Amino acid sequence: MERNETGALSPQRREYLRRRERRRRQILAWQWGLLIALVALWELLARAGVIDSFILSQPSRVWRTWGNLIATGELWLHLWTTVYETLAGFLLGVLFGVGLAILLWWSDFVAKVSEPYLVVLNSLPKIALGPVIIILVGAGTKAIVFMALAISLIVTVLEMLGGFRRTDPDAIRMARTFGATKAQIFRKIVFPSSLGALFGSLKINIGLSLVGVIAGEFLVSKAGLGYLIVYGGQVFKLDLVMASVIILSAVAALMYQGVALLQKLAGHH
Amino acid sequence: MNLLEIQDITESYQAENGEIAALDHISFTMERGEFLSIVGPSGCGKSTLLSIIAGLLPPSSGRILLDGREVTGVDPRIGYMLQKDNLLEWRTIWKNVLLGLELRRRLDEESLDRARVLLRSYGLWEFREKYPSQLSGGMRQRAALIRTLATSPEVLLLDEAFSALDYQTRLEVTDDVYRILRREEITTLMVTHDIPESISMGDRVLILTGRPAGVRELLPIDLGPGRTPLSCRDDPRFSRYFNHIWKELKPNGTQ
Repeated sequence: MERNETGALSPQRREYLRRRERRRRQILAWQWGLLIALVALWELLARAGVIDSFILSQPSRVWRTWGNLIATGELWLHLWTTVYETLAGFLLGVLFGVGLAILLWWSDFVAKVSEPYLVVLNSLPKIALGPVIIILVGAGTKAIVFMALAISLIVTVLEMLGGFRRTDPDAIRMARTFGATKAQIFRKIVFPSSLGALFGSLKINIGLSLVGVIAGEFLVSKAGLGYLIVYGGQVFKLDLVMASVIILSAVAALMYQGVALLQKLAGHH
Repeated sequence: MNLLEIQDITESYQAENGEIAALDHISFTMERGEFLSIVGPSGCGKSTLLSIIAGLLPPSSGRILLDGREVTGVDPRIGYMLQKDNLLEWRTIWKNVLLGLELRRRLDEESLDRARVLLRSYGLWEFREKYPSQLSGGMRQRAALIRTLATSPEVLLLDEAFSALDYQTRLEVTDDVYRILRREEITTLMVTHDIPESISMGDRVLILTGRPAGVRELLPIDLGPGRTPLSCRDDPRFSRYFNHIWKELKPNGTQ
Protein backbone atom coordinates (compact mmCIF):
# COMPACT_ATOMS: atom_id res chain seq x y z
CA MET A 1 0.00 0.00 0.00
CA GLU A 2 1.34 3.42 -0.97
CA ARG A 3 1.75 5.71 2.03
CA ASN A 4 3.19 9.19 2.34
CA GLU A 5 6.06 9.97 4.68
CA THR A 6 4.06 10.40 7.90
CA GLY A 7 2.62 6.92 7.40
CA ALA A 8 -0.95 8.22 7.00
CA LEU A 9 -2.95 7.83 3.81
CA SER A 10 -3.24 10.98 1.73
CA PRO A 11 -6.78 12.32 1.17
CA GLN A 12 -6.49 11.44 -2.54
CA ARG A 13 -5.50 7.89 -1.67
CA ARG A 14 -8.39 7.58 0.80
CA GLU A 15 -10.82 8.91 -1.81
CA TYR A 16 -9.48 6.39 -4.39
CA LEU A 17 -9.80 3.44 -1.99
CA ARG A 18 -13.29 4.53 -0.94
CA ARG A 19 -14.43 4.75 -4.54
CA ARG A 20 -12.98 1.37 -5.41
CA GLU A 21 -14.71 -0.24 -2.43
CA ARG A 22 -18.03 1.37 -3.34
CA ARG A 23 -17.79 0.06 -6.89
CA ARG A 24 -17.02 -3.47 -5.65
CA ARG A 25 -20.13 -3.38 -3.41
CA GLN A 26 -22.25 -2.01 -6.25
CA ILE A 27 -21.30 -4.92 -8.52
CA LEU A 28 -21.98 -7.46 -5.78
CA ALA A 29 -25.36 -5.88 -4.96
CA TRP A 30 -26.37 -5.96 -8.63
CA GLN A 31 -25.30 -9.59 -8.99
CA TRP A 32 -27.45 -10.70 -6.05
CA GLY A 33 -30.28 -8.28 -6.87
CA LEU A 34 -30.52 -9.59 -10.43
CA LEU A 35 -30.74 -13.20 -9.19
CA ILE A 36 -33.44 -12.37 -6.64
CA ALA A 37 -35.39 -10.30 -9.18
CA LEU A 38 -35.32 -13.10 -11.78
CA VAL A 39 -36.49 -15.71 -9.27
CA ALA A 40 -39.26 -13.38 -8.01
CA LEU A 41 -40.34 -12.58 -11.57
CA TRP A 42 -40.43 -16.29 -12.42
CA GLU A 43 -42.61 -17.00 -9.37
CA LEU A 44 -44.97 -14.06 -10.03
CA LEU A 45 -45.44 -14.83 -13.74
CA ALA A 46 -46.11 -18.50 -12.91
CA ARG A 47 -48.70 -17.53 -10.25
CA ALA A 48 -50.37 -15.05 -12.59
CA GLY A 49 -50.57 -17.82 -15.19
CA VAL A 50 -48.50 -15.92 -17.79
CA ILE A 51 -46.02 -18.84 -18.03
CA ASP A 52 -47.08 -22.46 -17.79
CA SER A 53 -45.61 -23.78 -14.56
CA PHE A 54 -46.22 -27.35 -15.71
CA ILE A 55 -43.55 -26.87 -18.40
CA LEU A 56 -41.27 -24.24 -16.85
CA SER A 57 -41.90 -25.09 -13.22
CA GLN A 58 -41.70 -22.29 -10.62
CA PRO A 59 -39.42 -21.45 -7.66
CA SER A 60 -41.85 -22.49 -4.93
CA ARG A 61 -42.36 -25.89 -6.60
CA VAL A 62 -38.61 -26.34 -7.07
CA TRP A 63 -38.23 -25.52 -3.37
CA ARG A 64 -40.81 -28.18 -2.46
CA THR A 65 -39.12 -30.74 -4.72
CA TRP A 66 -35.81 -30.12 -2.94
CA GLY A 67 -37.59 -30.62 0.37
CA ASN A 68 -38.94 -33.98 -0.79
CA LEU A 69 -35.57 -35.07 -2.16
CA ILE A 70 -33.90 -34.23 1.13
CA ALA A 71 -36.64 -35.84 3.21
CA THR A 72 -36.39 -39.15 1.34
CA GLY A 73 -32.57 -39.00 1.41
CA GLU A 74 -32.52 -39.32 -2.39
CA LEU A 75 -30.73 -36.00 -2.92
CA TRP A 76 -27.49 -37.17 -1.32
CA LEU A 77 -27.47 -40.41 -3.29
CA HIS A 78 -27.84 -38.62 -6.64
CA LEU A 79 -25.56 -35.75 -5.70
CA TRP A 80 -22.80 -38.04 -4.42
CA THR A 81 -23.09 -40.34 -7.47
CA THR A 82 -22.55 -37.46 -9.89
CA VAL A 83 -19.77 -35.87 -7.83
CA TYR A 84 -18.02 -39.21 -7.36
CA GLU A 85 -18.20 -40.08 -11.07
CA THR A 86 -17.03 -36.60 -12.07
CA LEU A 87 -14.05 -36.65 -9.71
CA ALA A 88 -13.11 -40.17 -10.86
CA GLY A 89 -13.26 -39.16 -14.54
CA PHE A 90 -11.41 -35.93 -13.78
CA LEU A 91 -8.56 -37.59 -11.87
CA LEU A 92 -8.17 -40.36 -14.45
CA GLY A 93 -8.24 -37.76 -17.25
CA VAL A 94 -5.54 -35.66 -15.58
CA LEU A 95 -3.39 -38.69 -14.75
CA PHE A 96 -3.52 -40.31 -18.19
CA GLY A 97 -3.55 -36.96 -20.00
CA VAL A 98 -0.41 -35.70 -18.26
CA GLY A 99 1.21 -39.14 -18.68
CA LEU A 100 0.56 -39.18 -22.42
CA ALA A 101 1.72 -35.58 -22.75
CA ILE A 102 5.01 -36.53 -21.05
CA LEU A 103 5.43 -39.41 -23.50
CA LEU A 104 4.78 -37.12 -26.49
CA TRP A 105 7.19 -34.49 -25.11
CA TRP A 106 9.82 -37.17 -24.54
CA SER A 107 9.70 -38.65 -28.03
CA ASP A 108 9.37 -36.22 -30.88
CA PHE A 109 8.91 -39.19 -33.22
CA VAL A 110 5.90 -40.56 -31.32
CA ALA A 111 4.48 -37.00 -31.21
CA LYS A 112 4.81 -36.57 -34.99
CA VAL A 113 3.25 -40.00 -35.66
CA SER A 114 0.28 -39.41 -33.35
CA GLU A 115 -0.41 -35.85 -34.50
CA PRO A 116 -3.17 -36.67 -37.07
CA TYR A 117 -4.82 -39.07 -34.63
CA LEU A 118 -4.89 -36.42 -31.92
CA VAL A 119 -6.36 -33.87 -34.33
CA VAL A 120 -9.18 -36.23 -35.36
CA LEU A 121 -9.87 -37.45 -31.82
CA ASN A 122 -9.89 -33.91 -30.55
CA SER A 123 -12.56 -32.76 -33.00
CA LEU A 124 -14.67 -35.93 -32.71
CA PRO A 125 -17.71 -35.45 -30.44
CA LYS A 126 -16.83 -38.08 -27.85
CA ILE A 127 -20.51 -38.66 -26.99
CA ALA A 128 -20.77 -40.48 -30.35
CA LEU A 129 -18.57 -43.14 -28.75
CA GLY A 130 -21.28 -43.79 -26.13
CA PRO A 131 -22.60 -47.09 -27.57
CA VAL A 132 -19.06 -48.38 -28.10
CA ILE A 133 -18.11 -47.53 -24.53
CA ILE A 134 -21.23 -49.25 -23.14
CA ILE A 135 -20.52 -52.43 -25.07
CA LEU A 136 -16.84 -52.27 -24.12
CA VAL A 137 -17.04 -51.72 -20.37
CA GLY A 138 -20.71 -52.56 -19.68
CA ALA A 139 -23.64 -50.33 -18.78
CA GLY A 140 -22.98 -48.83 -15.38
CA THR A 141 -20.77 -46.49 -13.41
CA LYS A 142 -17.73 -47.64 -15.35
CA ALA A 143 -19.24 -46.52 -18.66
CA ILE A 144 -20.06 -43.11 -17.17
CA VAL A 145 -16.56 -42.57 -15.77
CA PHE A 146 -15.16 -43.76 -19.09
CA MET A 147 -17.24 -41.17 -20.91
CA ALA A 148 -15.94 -38.42 -18.64
CA LEU A 149 -12.41 -39.65 -19.28
CA ALA A 150 -12.95 -39.79 -23.07
CA ILE A 151 -14.13 -36.18 -23.12
CA SER A 152 -11.35 -34.73 -20.96
CA LEU A 153 -8.37 -36.86 -22.01
CA ILE A 154 -7.37 -35.43 -25.41
CA VAL A 155 -7.84 -31.84 -24.27
CA THR A 156 -5.52 -32.50 -21.32
CA VAL A 157 -2.91 -34.09 -23.57
CA LEU A 158 -2.91 -31.16 -26.00
CA GLU A 159 -3.02 -28.51 -23.28
CA MET A 160 -0.14 -30.07 -21.30
CA LEU A 161 1.98 -30.82 -24.35
CA GLY A 162 1.54 -27.19 -25.40
CA GLY A 163 2.63 -26.13 -21.91
CA PHE A 164 5.71 -28.38 -21.98
CA ARG A 165 6.68 -27.05 -25.39
CA ARG A 166 6.36 -23.43 -24.35
CA THR A 167 9.20 -23.95 -21.83
CA ASP A 168 11.91 -21.34 -22.38
CA PRO A 169 14.50 -23.05 -24.64
CA ASP A 170 17.25 -20.99 -23.01
CA ALA A 171 16.38 -22.45 -19.59
CA ILE A 172 16.69 -25.95 -21.08
CA ARG A 173 20.00 -24.99 -22.69
CA MET A 174 21.22 -23.68 -19.34
CA ALA A 175 20.36 -27.02 -17.71
CA ARG A 176 22.19 -28.85 -20.51
CA THR A 177 25.35 -26.86 -19.83
CA PHE A 178 25.32 -28.55 -16.40
CA GLY A 179 25.08 -31.95 -18.07
CA ALA A 180 21.38 -32.41 -17.21
CA THR A 181 19.74 -35.64 -18.36
CA LYS A 182 16.39 -35.54 -20.14
CA ALA A 183 14.61 -36.74 -16.97
CA GLN A 184 16.30 -33.96 -14.97
CA ILE A 185 15.36 -31.36 -17.56
CA PHE A 186 11.75 -32.51 -17.33
CA ARG A 187 11.59 -32.64 -13.54
CA LYS A 188 13.47 -29.47 -12.75
CA ILE A 189 12.72 -27.18 -15.70
CA VAL A 190 9.87 -28.27 -17.97
CA PHE A 191 7.31 -29.50 -15.45
CA PRO A 192 7.65 -26.67 -12.90
CA SER A 193 7.42 -24.08 -15.67
CA SER A 194 4.22 -25.75 -16.96
CA LEU A 195 2.28 -25.44 -13.70
CA GLY A 196 0.24 -22.61 -15.22
CA ALA A 197 -0.79 -24.89 -18.09
CA LEU A 198 -1.55 -27.68 -15.61
CA PHE A 199 -4.00 -25.55 -13.63
CA GLY A 200 -5.47 -24.14 -16.84
CA SER A 201 -6.16 -27.67 -17.99
CA LEU A 202 -7.54 -28.71 -14.57
CA LYS A 203 -10.04 -25.85 -14.77
CA ILE A 204 -11.19 -26.89 -18.24
CA ASN A 205 -11.23 -30.57 -17.28
CA ILE A 206 -13.44 -30.38 -14.24
CA GLY A 207 -16.15 -28.85 -16.46
CA LEU A 208 -15.59 -31.31 -19.31
CA SER A 209 -15.63 -34.24 -16.92
CA LEU A 210 -19.02 -33.09 -15.63
CA VAL A 211 -20.29 -32.87 -19.23
CA GLY A 212 -19.12 -36.44 -19.78
CA VAL A 213 -20.79 -37.69 -16.58
CA ILE A 214 -24.13 -36.06 -17.39
CA ALA A 215 -24.00 -37.41 -20.96
CA GLY A 216 -23.13 -40.84 -19.56
CA GLU A 217 -25.93 -40.67 -17.01
CA PHE A 218 -28.35 -39.77 -19.82
CA LEU A 219 -27.36 -42.99 -21.60
CA VAL A 220 -27.03 -45.49 -18.77
CA SER A 221 -27.66 -44.94 -15.10
CA LYS A 222 -29.80 -45.69 -12.10
CA ALA A 223 -28.65 -42.70 -10.08
CA GLY A 224 -27.07 -39.26 -10.41
CA LEU A 225 -28.24 -35.76 -11.34
CA GLY A 226 -28.21 -36.68 -15.05
CA TYR A 227 -30.45 -39.63 -14.24
CA LEU A 228 -32.85 -37.37 -12.30
CA ILE A 229 -33.04 -34.96 -15.23
CA VAL A 230 -33.75 -37.68 -17.80
CA TYR A 231 -36.20 -39.45 -15.48
CA GLY A 232 -38.00 -36.19 -14.68
CA GLY A 233 -38.32 -35.45 -18.40
CA GLN A 234 -39.69 -38.90 -19.19
CA VAL A 235 -42.46 -38.76 -16.56
CA PHE A 236 -43.16 -35.06 -17.16
CA LYS A 237 -42.03 -34.00 -13.69
CA LEU A 238 -40.50 -30.75 -14.84
CA ASP A 239 -40.13 -29.60 -11.24
CA LEU A 240 -37.67 -32.41 -10.75
CA VAL A 241 -35.79 -31.44 -13.94
CA MET A 242 -35.52 -27.79 -12.89
CA ALA A 243 -34.56 -28.69 -9.32
CA SER A 244 -31.79 -31.00 -10.59
CA VAL A 245 -30.49 -28.52 -13.16
CA ILE A 246 -30.14 -25.84 -10.50
CA ILE A 247 -28.29 -28.25 -8.19
CA LEU A 248 -26.08 -29.21 -11.14
CA SER A 249 -25.11 -25.57 -11.74
CA ALA A 250 -24.18 -25.23 -8.08
CA VAL A 251 -22.10 -28.43 -8.27
CA ALA A 252 -20.31 -27.21 -11.40
CA ALA A 253 -19.53 -23.84 -9.83
CA LEU A 254 -18.28 -25.42 -6.58
CA MET A 255 -16.01 -27.87 -8.39
CA TYR A 256 -14.49 -25.06 -10.45
CA GLN A 257 -13.95 -23.03 -7.30
CA GLY A 258 -12.33 -26.10 -5.74
CA VAL A 259 -9.73 -26.21 -8.51
CA ALA A 260 -9.22 -22.45 -8.26
CA LEU A 261 -8.62 -22.85 -4.52
CA LEU A 262 -6.13 -25.63 -5.19
CA GLN A 263 -4.27 -23.30 -7.55
CA LYS A 264 -4.20 -20.57 -4.90
CA LEU A 265 -2.80 -23.04 -2.37
CA ALA A 266 -0.11 -24.05 -4.86
CA GLY A 267 0.83 -20.37 -5.05
CA HIS A 268 0.20 -20.01 -8.78
CA HIS A 269 -2.09 -17.34 -10.16
CA MET B 1 51.72 -25.43 -19.46
CA ASN B 2 48.62 -24.74 -21.47
CA LEU B 3 45.33 -25.42 -19.70
CA LEU B 4 43.09 -25.43 -22.73
CA GLU B 5 44.09 -26.46 -26.23
CA ILE B 6 41.80 -26.00 -29.19
CA GLN B 7 43.22 -28.13 -32.00
CA ASP B 8 42.11 -27.61 -35.58
CA ILE B 9 38.35 -27.37 -34.97
CA THR B 10 36.16 -27.51 -38.07
CA GLU B 11 32.39 -27.50 -38.02
CA SER B 12 29.85 -27.78 -40.77
CA TYR B 13 26.22 -28.68 -40.43
CA GLN B 14 23.50 -29.99 -42.71
CA ALA B 15 20.57 -27.78 -43.64
CA GLU B 16 17.68 -28.32 -46.09
CA ASN B 17 19.47 -26.40 -48.83
CA GLY B 18 22.94 -27.80 -48.39
CA GLU B 19 25.94 -28.03 -46.15
CA ILE B 20 26.93 -24.92 -44.22
CA ALA B 21 30.53 -24.42 -43.09
CA ALA B 22 30.64 -22.61 -39.75
CA LEU B 23 34.18 -22.99 -38.42
CA ASP B 24 37.33 -23.36 -40.45
CA HIS B 25 40.39 -24.99 -38.81
CA ILE B 26 40.44 -23.01 -35.58
CA SER B 27 43.39 -23.56 -33.24
CA PHE B 28 44.55 -21.65 -30.17
CA THR B 29 45.70 -22.31 -26.62
CA MET B 30 44.97 -20.73 -23.26
CA GLU B 31 47.06 -20.53 -20.12
CA ARG B 32 45.67 -21.14 -16.66
CA GLY B 33 44.04 -17.99 -15.27
CA GLU B 34 43.99 -16.21 -18.60
CA PHE B 35 41.07 -14.16 -19.89
CA LEU B 36 40.54 -14.50 -23.64
CA SER B 37 37.94 -12.45 -25.53
CA ILE B 38 36.63 -13.64 -28.86
CA VAL B 39 35.24 -11.12 -31.35
CA GLY B 40 34.12 -11.64 -34.91
CA PRO B 41 31.70 -10.31 -37.51
CA SER B 42 28.09 -11.00 -36.50
CA GLY B 43 26.87 -14.45 -37.48
CA CYS B 44 30.40 -15.75 -38.03
CA GLY B 45 29.99 -18.73 -35.71
CA LYS B 46 31.41 -17.41 -32.41
CA SER B 47 28.66 -19.03 -30.40
CA THR B 48 29.02 -22.29 -32.33
CA LEU B 49 32.68 -22.38 -31.25
CA LEU B 50 31.67 -21.91 -27.63
CA SER B 51 28.98 -24.61 -27.87
CA ILE B 52 31.63 -27.02 -29.17
CA ILE B 53 34.06 -26.21 -26.36
CA ALA B 54 31.18 -26.60 -23.87
CA GLY B 55 30.57 -30.06 -25.31
CA LEU B 56 27.00 -29.27 -26.36
CA LEU B 57 27.86 -29.79 -30.01
CA PRO B 58 30.36 -32.30 -31.41
CA PRO B 59 32.89 -30.77 -33.85
CA SER B 60 33.07 -32.17 -37.40
CA SER B 61 36.80 -32.56 -36.86
CA GLY B 62 39.47 -31.46 -34.41
CA ARG B 63 40.02 -31.93 -30.68
CA ILE B 64 39.73 -29.97 -27.46
CA LEU B 65 42.20 -30.78 -24.69
CA LEU B 66 41.73 -29.60 -21.12
CA ASP B 67 44.74 -30.23 -18.89
CA GLY B 68 45.94 -32.72 -21.50
CA ARG B 69 42.71 -34.74 -21.47
CA GLU B 70 40.30 -34.66 -24.36
CA VAL B 71 36.88 -33.07 -23.79
CA THR B 72 34.02 -35.22 -25.04
CA GLY B 73 30.52 -34.10 -24.21
CA VAL B 74 29.49 -31.78 -21.40
CA ASP B 75 32.45 -31.68 -19.03
CA PRO B 76 32.18 -30.84 -15.32
CA ARG B 77 35.48 -28.95 -15.58
CA ILE B 78 33.88 -26.42 -17.93
CA GLY B 79 31.23 -23.89 -16.88
CA TYR B 80 29.10 -22.08 -19.41
CA MET B 81 27.16 -18.86 -18.96
CA LEU B 82 24.56 -17.81 -21.46
CA GLN B 83 23.27 -14.43 -22.54
CA LYS B 84 20.27 -14.50 -20.21
CA ASP B 85 20.66 -15.31 -16.51
CA ASN B 86 17.98 -18.04 -16.87
CA LEU B 87 17.24 -17.98 -13.16
CA LEU B 88 14.18 -20.12 -12.46
CA GLU B 89 11.41 -17.83 -11.20
CA TRP B 90 9.88 -20.47 -8.91
CA ARG B 91 13.10 -21.05 -7.01
CA THR B 92 14.66 -18.80 -4.40
CA ILE B 93 18.13 -17.39 -5.11
CA TRP B 94 19.63 -20.04 -2.83
CA LYS B 95 17.84 -22.86 -4.68
CA ASN B 96 18.80 -21.30 -8.02
CA VAL B 97 22.44 -21.14 -7.04
CA LEU B 98 22.32 -24.84 -6.12
CA LEU B 99 20.75 -25.90 -9.45
CA GLY B 100 24.04 -26.65 -11.19
CA LEU B 101 25.25 -28.81 -8.30
CA GLU B 102 21.87 -30.51 -8.17
CA LEU B 103 21.97 -31.37 -11.88
CA ARG B 104 25.54 -32.66 -11.54
CA ARG B 105 24.46 -34.66 -8.45
CA ARG B 106 27.09 -33.02 -6.29
CA LEU B 107 25.03 -31.60 -3.44
CA ASP B 108 27.47 -32.48 -0.66
CA GLU B 109 28.46 -30.46 2.42
CA GLU B 110 31.64 -29.23 0.73
CA SER B 111 29.91 -27.74 -2.30
CA LEU B 112 27.10 -26.32 -0.15
CA ASP B 113 29.78 -24.54 1.87
CA ARG B 114 31.37 -23.23 -1.30
CA ALA B 115 27.99 -21.90 -2.47
CA ARG B 116 27.50 -20.18 0.92
CA VAL B 117 30.97 -18.61 0.76
CA LEU B 118 30.35 -17.36 -2.79
CA LEU B 119 26.99 -15.82 -1.84
CA ARG B 120 28.59 -14.12 1.19
CA SER B 121 31.64 -12.85 -0.76
CA TYR B 122 29.58 -11.42 -3.57
CA GLY B 123 26.82 -9.71 -1.61
CA LEU B 124 23.90 -12.02 -2.25
CA TRP B 125 23.72 -13.73 1.14
CA GLU B 126 20.96 -11.43 2.46
CA PHE B 127 18.98 -12.10 -0.71
CA ARG B 128 19.19 -15.88 -0.64
CA GLU B 129 15.53 -16.35 0.32
CA LYS B 130 14.30 -13.84 -2.29
CA TYR B 131 12.97 -14.79 -5.70
CA PRO B 132 14.72 -13.72 -8.92
CA SER B 133 11.97 -11.20 -9.79
CA GLN B 134 12.82 -9.31 -6.60
CA LEU B 135 16.44 -8.71 -7.70
CA SER B 136 17.97 -6.13 -10.06
CA GLY B 137 19.40 -7.22 -13.42
CA GLY B 138 22.97 -6.92 -12.13
CA MET B 139 22.28 -9.03 -9.05
CA ARG B 140 20.51 -11.65 -11.14
CA GLN B 141 23.57 -11.93 -13.40
CA ARG B 142 25.78 -12.30 -10.34
CA ALA B 143 23.51 -15.07 -9.01
CA ALA B 144 23.78 -16.85 -12.37
CA LEU B 145 27.59 -16.56 -12.19
CA ILE B 146 27.62 -18.00 -8.68
CA ARG B 147 25.40 -20.87 -9.88
CA THR B 148 28.17 -21.75 -12.34
CA LEU B 149 31.11 -21.05 -9.99
CA ALA B 150 29.53 -23.24 -7.29
CA THR B 151 30.29 -26.25 -9.49
CA SER B 152 34.03 -25.27 -9.35
CA PRO B 153 34.78 -25.18 -13.09
CA GLU B 154 38.38 -24.77 -14.28
CA VAL B 155 37.33 -22.94 -17.40
CA LEU B 156 34.42 -20.56 -17.76
CA LEU B 157 32.75 -19.79 -21.06
CA LEU B 158 30.80 -16.53 -21.33
CA ASP B 159 28.46 -16.35 -24.31
CA GLU B 160 27.51 -12.67 -24.77
CA ALA B 161 26.76 -12.94 -21.08
CA PHE B 162 26.05 -9.24 -20.59
CA SER B 163 24.27 -8.26 -23.78
CA ALA B 164 20.77 -8.66 -22.32
CA LEU B 165 21.49 -5.90 -19.75
CA ASP B 166 20.98 -2.17 -20.20
CA TYR B 167 24.16 -0.12 -20.73
CA GLN B 168 24.51 1.22 -17.18
CA THR B 169 24.01 -2.20 -15.56
CA ARG B 170 26.24 -3.77 -18.14
CA LEU B 171 29.30 -1.66 -17.26
CA GLU B 172 28.67 -2.34 -13.60
CA VAL B 173 28.23 -6.10 -14.06
CA THR B 174 31.29 -6.31 -16.31
CA ASP B 175 33.44 -4.79 -13.56
CA ASP B 176 31.81 -6.99 -10.99
CA VAL B 177 32.24 -10.24 -12.91
CA TYR B 178 35.83 -9.37 -13.88
CA ARG B 179 36.72 -8.83 -10.22
CA ILE B 180 35.09 -12.11 -9.20
CA LEU B 181 36.77 -14.13 -11.96
CA ARG B 182 40.21 -12.68 -11.19
CA ARG B 183 39.78 -13.38 -7.50
CA GLU B 184 38.62 -16.95 -8.11
CA GLU B 185 41.42 -17.36 -10.71
CA ILE B 186 39.07 -18.74 -13.32
CA THR B 187 40.33 -19.22 -16.86
CA THR B 188 37.73 -17.45 -18.97
CA LEU B 189 36.77 -17.50 -22.61
CA MET B 190 34.30 -14.77 -23.51
CA VAL B 191 32.46 -14.33 -26.78
CA THR B 192 31.20 -10.80 -27.41
CA HIS B 193 30.23 -8.50 -30.26
CA ASP B 194 31.18 -5.49 -28.17
CA ILE B 195 34.74 -4.42 -29.06
CA PRO B 196 35.33 -2.20 -25.98
CA GLU B 197 34.13 -5.04 -23.77
CA SER B 198 36.55 -7.47 -25.42
CA ILE B 199 39.50 -5.11 -24.83
CA SER B 200 38.53 -4.05 -21.34
CA MET B 201 38.33 -7.60 -20.00
CA GLY B 202 40.70 -9.64 -22.15
CA ASP B 203 44.36 -10.48 -21.69
CA ARG B 204 44.22 -11.35 -25.35
CA VAL B 205 41.59 -10.83 -28.03
CA LEU B 206 40.98 -13.54 -30.61
CA ILE B 207 39.68 -11.95 -33.80
CA LEU B 208 37.75 -14.26 -36.09
CA THR B 209 37.12 -13.87 -39.82
CA GLY B 210 33.64 -13.94 -41.39
CA ARG B 211 31.83 -17.23 -41.97
CA PRO B 212 33.24 -19.83 -42.07
CA ALA B 213 35.10 -18.44 -39.08
CA GLY B 214 38.86 -18.84 -38.91
CA VAL B 215 41.50 -17.17 -36.73
CA ARG B 216 42.48 -13.78 -38.15
CA GLU B 217 44.61 -12.60 -35.28
CA LEU B 218 45.39 -13.22 -31.62
CA LEU B 219 45.99 -9.77 -30.19
CA PRO B 220 47.70 -9.43 -26.78
CA ILE B 221 46.24 -6.59 -24.71
CA ASP B 222 48.66 -4.69 -22.50
CA LEU B 223 46.93 -2.08 -20.38
CA GLY B 224 49.15 -2.37 -17.36
CA PRO B 225 48.64 -4.23 -14.10
CA GLY B 226 45.76 -3.62 -11.69
CA ARG B 227 43.41 -2.39 -14.34
CA THR B 228 39.66 -2.79 -14.13
CA PRO B 229 37.33 -2.95 -17.14
CA LEU B 230 36.05 0.55 -16.30
CA SER B 231 39.36 2.29 -15.52
CA CYS B 232 41.22 0.95 -18.55
CA ARG B 233 38.74 2.60 -20.90
CA ASP B 234 40.55 5.92 -20.21
CA ASP B 235 43.97 4.51 -21.21
CA PRO B 236 45.24 6.04 -24.49
CA ARG B 237 46.23 2.54 -25.64
CA PHE B 238 42.56 1.52 -25.38
CA SER B 239 41.46 3.46 -28.47
CA ARG B 240 44.47 2.20 -30.45
CA TYR B 241 43.36 -1.38 -29.73
CA PHE B 242 39.82 -0.42 -30.60
CA ASN B 243 40.78 1.02 -33.99
CA HIS B 244 42.97 -1.98 -34.74
CA ILE B 245 40.20 -4.52 -34.01
CA TRP B 246 37.62 -2.37 -35.79
CA LYS B 247 39.73 -2.43 -38.97
CA GLU B 248 40.37 -6.16 -38.66
CA LEU B 249 36.66 -6.89 -38.38
CA LYS B 250 35.73 -5.10 -41.58
CA PRO B 251 35.56 -7.29 -44.69
CA ASN B 252 39.09 -7.35 -46.20
CA GLY B 253 40.05 -5.39 -43.13
CA THR B 254 43.82 -5.75 -43.61
CA GLN B 255 44.05 -2.95 -46.15
